[in-house]
Amino acid sequence: MKKSVFLGTVAGATMLAGAAMAGTLDDVKARGELICGSNTGLTGFGTPDASGNWVGFDVDLCRAIAAAVLGDGSKVKFVPTTGETRFTALQSGEVDVLVRNSTWTFSRDTELALDFVAVNYYDGQGFMVKKDLGVSSAKELDGATVCIQTGTTTELNLADFFKQNNISYTPVTVADDSEAQRQYLAGACDAYTTDASGLAASRATMPDADNHIILPEIISKEPLGPVVRHGDSNWGDVVRWTYYALLIAEEKGITKANVEEMAGSSTDEEVKRLLGVSGDMGPKIGLDNAAFKNAIAAVGNYGEIFAANIGEGTTINLARGLNALWTQGGLQYAPPFR
Amino acid sequence: MAMVTDAPKESFRLSMLIYDSRYRAVTIQVIVLLLVGLFFAWLLNNTAQNLAARGKEFNFGFLWARAGYDINQQLIPYTNDSTHFRALLVGLLNTLVVAILGCILATFLGVVIGVLRLSKNWLVGRLMTVYVEVFRNVPLLLWILLSYVIFSETMPEPKAFRLTDDMIAAGEEPAASKILFGTVAITNRGTSIPAPLFDRSLGSVDLGFVSINLTALATILVLIGSIWANRRLLASARATQEATGIRPVVWWKSLLILFGPFIALMIALGLHFELPELKGFNFQGGIQVAHSFTALLIALVLYTAAFIAEIVRAGILAISRGQSEAAFALGLRPGRTMNLIILPQALRVIIPPLISQYLNLTKNTSLGIAVSYLDLRGTLGGITLNQTGRELECMLLMMLIYLTISLIISALMNLYNQTVQLKAR
Amino acid sequence: MAESFVRKEMLEAQAPPASQAGAIAWVRENLFSGPLNTILTLLGIVVIYWLISTSLPWWLNGVWNASSLSECRSIVAASAGEGATGACWAMLRERWHQFIFGFYPPESYWRPILAFVLLFVALAPVLFTSVPRKALWFTAIYPALCFWLLWGGPIWTPIVAMMGFVILGLAVVYLSSYLGAPGSAAAGVVAAVLWWLFLQGPVAGFLASNLPFGLASVNSDRFGGFLLAITIGVTAIGCSLPIGIILALGRQSNMVIVKALSVAFIEFIRGVPLITLLFTASLLLQYFLPPNTNFDIILRVIILVTFFAAAYLAEVIRGGLAALPRGQYEAADALGLDYWQAQRLIILPQALKISIPGIVSSFIGLFKDTTLVAFVGLMDPLKGVTQIVRADMNWKGIYWEPYIFVGAIFFIICFGMSRYSMYLERKLKTDHR
Repeated sequence: MKKSVFLGTVAGATMLAGAAMAGTLDDVKARGELICGSNTGLTGFGTPDASGNWVGFDVDLCRAIAAAVLGDGSKVKFVPTTGETRFTALQSGEVDVLVRNSTWTFSRDTELALDFVAVNYYDGQGFMVKKDLGVSSAKELDGATVCIQTGTTTELNLADFFKQNNISYTPVTVADDSEAQRQYLAGACDAYTTDASGLAASRATMPDADNHIILPEIISKEPLGPVVRHGDSNWGDVVRWTYYALLIAEEKGITKANVEEMAGSSTDEEVKRLLGVSGDMGPKIGLDNAAFKNAIAAVGNYGEIFAANIGEGTTINLARGLNALWTQGGLQYAPPFR
Repeated sequence: MAMVTDAPKESFRLSMLIYDSRYRAVTIQVIVLLLVGLFFAWLLNNTAQNLAARGKEFNFGFLWARAGYDINQQLIPYTNDSTHFRALLVGLLNTLVVAILGCILATFLGVVIGVLRLSKNWLVGRLMTVYVEVFRNVPLLLWILLSYVIFSETMPEPKAFRLTDDMIAAGEEPAASKILFGTVAITNRGTSIPAPLFDRSLGSVDLGFVSINLTALATILVLIGSIWANRRLLASARATQEATGIRPVVWWKSLLILFGPFIALMIALGLHFELPELKGFNFQGGIQVAHSFTALLIALVLYTAAFIAEIVRAGILAISRGQSEAAFALGLRPGRTMNLIILPQALRVIIPPLISQYLNLTKNTSLGIAVSYLDLRGTLGGITLNQTGRELECMLLMMLIYLTISLIISALMNLYNQTVQLKAR
Repeated sequence: MAESFVRKEMLEAQAPPASQAGAIAWVRENLFSGPLNTILTLLGIVVIYWLISTSLPWWLNGVWNASSLSECRSIVAASAGEGATGACWAMLRERWHQFIFGFYPPESYWRPILAFVLLFVALAPVLFTSVPRKALWFTAIYPALCFWLLWGGPIWTPIVAMMGFVILGLAVVYLSSYLGAPGSAAAGVVAAVLWWLFLQGPVAGFLASNLPFGLASVNSDRFGGFLLAITIGVTAIGCSLPIGIILALGRQSNMVIVKALSVAFIEFIRGVPLITLLFTASLLLQYFLPPNTNFDIILRVIILVTFFAAAYLAEVIRGGLAALPRGQYEAADALGLDYWQAQRLIILPQALKISIPGIVSSFIGLFKDTTLVAFVGLMDPLKGVTQIVRADMNWKGIYWEPYIFVGAIFFIICFGMSRYSMYLERKLKTDHR
């Protein structure tokens, strides 16, 4: 259902009538565009480049969803959200899906009426310090000044960690990643804490990366993933299975380059179902039968997305670690596609 | 009919509600009231529906739940086990302390600059003009960000203060040292100033949600008493002068009354200062003032002072030249002319726009968000809002508090304004 | 006999002593006329020397050609020696367009530029009395034109929307003889709203499909930088002017309820920081509108900023109303004009004229405050775009340059406007004496 409010100003004509609670999928199709809540700028995960095109690990998942639903990975509008505005933007229907390094927690899943549909990055909160500080464990940080980004779970984890270990610290809350890095580099804090992936990304871009170490303690679990509104299970399924399709594609060796070829030649029944050659998996959730093939063709499989944006060889240079496929000792595991 | 008679006593007709100017006002007001009432009913209805759709409810119970986060500047005791309400109070006090200090400092600076801008000194006049124009015409946000960056980029790290055994052996000095006779250390993460400590403090009284520090209370009472006694002394001196023509010498009595009781109290309480010392990673001891506070305060003061300077200048220019010429003719020096003749008169012109500058400054403290200063917006409207997801309650409460602060300031200042305004005869 | 000695010819005037004329006297008089002044002058010189000596090398070593901050630094180190500091203006060379236009499509940059130029054409008849009155028609259609230029889309959308105002105007003109002024205005508003609600969409759609003519449409998420700041500032001031006038009149009104409501609105908006209003736009507006209503964050921000500006403008206009001599009101009453006629013909033209400097300074304040939209995730030039630039690997760690660039542009615009408003103030003052 749609309702629009007219505002008597001429400028008012820019308004978009969106809809929320039921039928996000239909709305996206009718609109011909996916609206994806993104970060305001986090290197490697979601940031606009010089010409304004959004690039990054999270951004590619949005593009995959757009490709699955609309057949075109470029039909996405990215709405930058801050730590404070992100969940409201999703709840109010301003964005269709939020892919913005958001940690899956109990209260967000229940109290905030959101649904975390998958985990596209397993992360944990860590600490980075300068080497010459002479610290080798986070427990030696008694009395230290610690930079944290506000509006995240990291604040609470940090308070808990220091309390459990009965040591003290001075928090320096900062608004965003680039500011936190500046403060840390300038020496305004002894340690910088955020998700380990973020730390690695920051460290990789520092002019003197060797002078900084990431401490071994990982003080929290940070499963980051796409979020949709509670109560729209069909849309949740679309997002979830688009993501799983990317995982299965990696497992089966389907890449952006060979997806057409695989669709024609593969004898693996699961691959055939995934690529829409046999069965009618797509239509069961309101998509095209070639939906997942389109998604893979648009951005590549999970491994390719990872490698292109944040993996080894990029400036961020993250190892797969927990995010390797389950067959390679990681946690990324997709349910069977049947 | 060309006959002039008293208006006949018509019976009331419905059309009179529109066409009769006696009733039209009532009609319009009733309609306006109805429309506004309907509008608010519509808003409330929408809000209720939206809340229901999101499975939320409207209550402030979350304020009593554990906050779980830390605040780096706390004027009242606070830990992460305290409630969100406590965090709100800490944030509110942080807002108020910046606002009050900002208003005082900006007034001083603004008056000085406004006067200097009118100075006959060409160089100083030009410099002040440049200052005022530059600060007024660039967004405050830029000044806040800039002063913060300057602090954290140009000040030394705490470890630059460290004097190791190797350095003593080599006869080297640390790269940085404390200023003001070794009492204040400015590092790139904050300013450490000496903290007053009392050997025999009076303790504090706990009143449930706030505890009152008796030492501070006693100090304030003694100071107020001294000032009151001093005023009495000066008044009696003036009375003697008016009666006999000779002003008794009171300055030493005045000094004694002003400072004697205070010093006595401090000695009785055993006042001593704890100096900041470099221990571990940071300076410990003393009071640590975060740069988010200092930068916000400096930017607010510099920015608002530029506006106040213009107000002061306009106020001084509004006083007719004859006043200063008359003062010069009486043989008053320029400084005394300014203090005794010009400023008191200019004050009447200055006060009303000054009030709105104070209000602006207070509201602008909310820009502390740019440097993550945990004021009211940072705690209640920032972290608490984020962690609890209660936008509606947090935002409404925050607006209510800001509104109350603004109304109190303007009420107080208007009261003061009434006392200095020329009494019309 | 002593001969009397009388000089017959005049002596040549001597040059004044060196200490009383020329540069030395000027210096003595203006810089060193007393101990206090001498101290102040010396202090001033020290300050200037310190400013120049600390920042000059940085300015002089500026680099314009580089592709990343580290390249900049190595160029500076190579040319000025190790440890030297230097500005990295190369960032501006590469990213200047984002500071100005945000992500607006580069091939369409002429559209905002044209809209900006036309803004002055539209403002001219309002600000300068020498411009022919007919030009006011252009001012009237400018909002629609500007909207079309900036957002693009079929030209019919703004035209059909403007038709609503035409309907309103026609109703007022032709029905007022039957219904009287208030009645015809009410009928006009109802007709216009009906037009906007039910007919606008189909009519615009019909025209657009049959006579396709328009510009490529640009989504408002592409707006950023100074384009965004100016769009928000100008729209908000433009829309808030009528609301501000109504609020100011309401506050002066004799009707208790109307007055109370106006005062409550004005004091509420002026009593809370703009930032809380912006958060209201981004977090709360959704709660207050019917379920499933949803529109653009930029529009939401503009609405709230309009309210904000309206409250401040109301106070400025109230000042203008209060400054009018009492005789003007009495003269209007004596002529037998009713309230609206008196306001329209006598009071408002004069009061608004007096208020123009105040309106301009409100606009300067508002324009500076548009930087705060960064906190709700929009790309303002100061924080939003700077953050985007710094998230780029190449420019990570660049601080002074973007601030200086953005600050300089703000300074030029605001300083220019404040000079203009001072000129206007002087001009209006002579008119009144």
